[in-house]
Amino acid sequence: MIAAASLRRSPPHVVIIGGGGTGGALAHDLALRGLRVTVLERGEVTSGTTGRHHGLLHSGARYAVGDPESAVECIEENRILRRIAPGSFEENDGLFVAVTDDDADFGPTFLAACEAAGIPTRRLERSAVLRLEPNLNPELRFAVQVPDATMDAMRLPLRFFATALANGAVVRPFTEVVELVCRGRTVTGVVAVEHATGRRVEIGADIVVNATGPWAERIARLAGVDVPLQPSPGVLVALRGRFTNMVVNRLHASGDGDIVVPQRALSVVGTSSWLVDDPDDLGVPSDHVERMRVEGARLVPAVARAPLRAAWSAARPLIGERGATTGRELSRTFRCFDHAAEGVEGFVTISGGKATTQRAMAEVTADLVCRKLGLDAPCRTREQVLLPHEAYYGLLRRATVPAGRLAG
Amino acid sequence: MSGLDGGARASSRAPSASSVEQQSAPARLRVYRHKPGAAAAPRFEIYEVPASAGATVLDALLWIRRHRDPGLMVRHSCLHASCGTCGMRIAGREALACVTSLAELGPGEVTVEPLANLPLVGDLVVDMEPSYARLRAIGRPLVRESELRPEGRPAEGIPGPTRFEDCIECGLCLSACPIVATDPRYLGPAGLAAAWRSVEEPRGGAVGRVLALADDEQGVWRCHTAWECTEACPSNVDPAGSIMRLRRAIVLAPRPKQ
Repeated sequence: MIAAASLRRSPPHVVIIGGGGTGGALAHDLALRGLRVTVLERGEVTSGTTGRHHGLLHSGARYAVGDPESAVECIEENRILRRIAPGSFEENDGLFVAVTDDDADFGPTFLAACEAAGIPTRRLERSAVLRLEPNLNPELRFAVQVPDATMDAMRLPLRFFATALANGAVVRPFTEVVELVCRGRTVTGVVAVEHATGRRVEIGADIVVNATGPWAERIARLAGVDVPLQPSPGVLVALRGRFTNMVVNRLHASGDGDIVVPQRALSVVGTSSWLVDDPDDLGVPSDHVERMRVEGARLVPAVARAPLRAAWSAARPLIGERGATTGRELSRTFRCFDHAAEGVEGFVTISGGKATTQRAMAEVTADLVCRKLGLDAPCRTREQVLLPHEAYYGLLRRATVPAGRLAG
Repeated sequence: MSGLDGGARASSRAPSASSVEQQSAPARLRVYRHKPGAAAAPRFEIYEVPASAGATVLDALLWIRRHRDPGLMVRHSCLHASCGTCGMRIAGREALACVTSLAELGPGEVTVEPLANLPLVGDLVVDMEPSYARLRAIGRPLVRESELRPEGRPAEGIPGPTRFEDCIECGLCLSACPIVATDPRYLGPAGLAAAWRSVEEPRGGAVGRVLALADDEQGVWRCHTAWECTEACPSNVDPAGSIMRLRRAIVLAPRPKQ
């Protein structure tokens, strides 16, 4: 093992493909461990799945019954993110609301699963719930309070990127990887097109990390390997008006339109779930938009009539073999793949997961990268408080871009 | 291995309908193209985009990037007017492309240009740093007290309901402001709106320092009250009204002795 101090002399270089939440958190993690890092993103950072989610900082309660592994990851990261990114959340908690008899019957199972996952809960009777949130469906039975929160889907990752830049990482938005450079069966770099100049540049790397979320399979194919990934889009609807302070979830096994996330002066209702092969071609099915309103209104009646601000789709990167039907049965957890297992060295893929677990995804990936490089450098991202998001563009402009070798 | 071609393995499971009310005619977009790092001069390119490509100007631009030119540079993130990255000038007005409906722009060619008064990075992308530099100078927190105050207390364990500030830092007001266009030293509408929020709800910050920043010839006194910022704001922040309220606060504030 090489001690962290000696890294400063000639640290290895890690190229991260993908400037989403995972890529930002990984750049931050590796920069703190003393490595040289370059993030390449084909568009603006957070322009893929990262920027498009509800804005929910999960307590994990949504997964407690059906996907306990994700639930445990979420509650642990929920606590860490509040500590390292203060001021980045609407910290109003969340409610799981029982609307029907079936929901009420599901209550004990839900509470037991939350307890098993370490998620704190407080059961509130109808009158107490309506005192807190008078705009909820007045026919609700009871609700369970959990430590959900609202996050800004772009500005939290910008804090990871800003801190990474301050620690020496290089971030190159509008730089699209078009080839992997290989020596035999080892990935030794990438060829990318800089869209601001049209130049092709070759960038060498000791390890290339594929952090492209639902695009991970496409990038992995450039190295001739496969990742068991299923892009699963969902429709989200933003309505004008804020009807609650707390995040409102339906207390049931997960389903369409069962969450209303207040954010700024909007209410975001989500979501549906289906499967696609191409994460660049999602569409926004109009029947899904209608379903968000109908189902969302069972929780917050004003959702039925509030003016529409936007309807959009986002592709979740779900890990799982093809053959799933809607994506709901696939876990929301993440996986890191060392493609040495398929005979390709110098190449790692991280995918799956959620915005709430972006830091944990980075930690697991950085641990693997360091193991592969024979480095002994512990993770420090659980404690390091992040720079404010406003720092990002100034540091980006100041950062020196190492001259890439012209490839063509 | 098919590389970057995603492969049109059109899935029978995927829903076929689009949220766009089916317009029959394709949209015609006239898009500003210029790479400051390349030799070619600025120009406009015309693209025909099928109506099925989507409902918004951003949908159309992403269709162009996917099917006509992967080098088209455009910023976007949340797709619901909350991140503020897709600000541009559409048919001559500042707007967020993600919530600008093509159908509402009507028939005919739609000109799409980058925001004004910010340095061009390429095509429709500008450098947001001059805007963020002003926001950093003000130092307004991102999270504010929620104006939703249902009777009773917030939930147990919650000190007081909070929410994000309305300003989404999109830069539309800077692009629309005729003073920013002539003088980059002006603190500008987004910065002054943030200053007003820091005065209105200090959250532990130093109100006197913020008022002193605003009380400057490049602060509130530079505004010529064109109200273009308030007109352009997609998030109801009302920067011009904030500037007027700041002027009043400055005039009424106790003066330190000289």
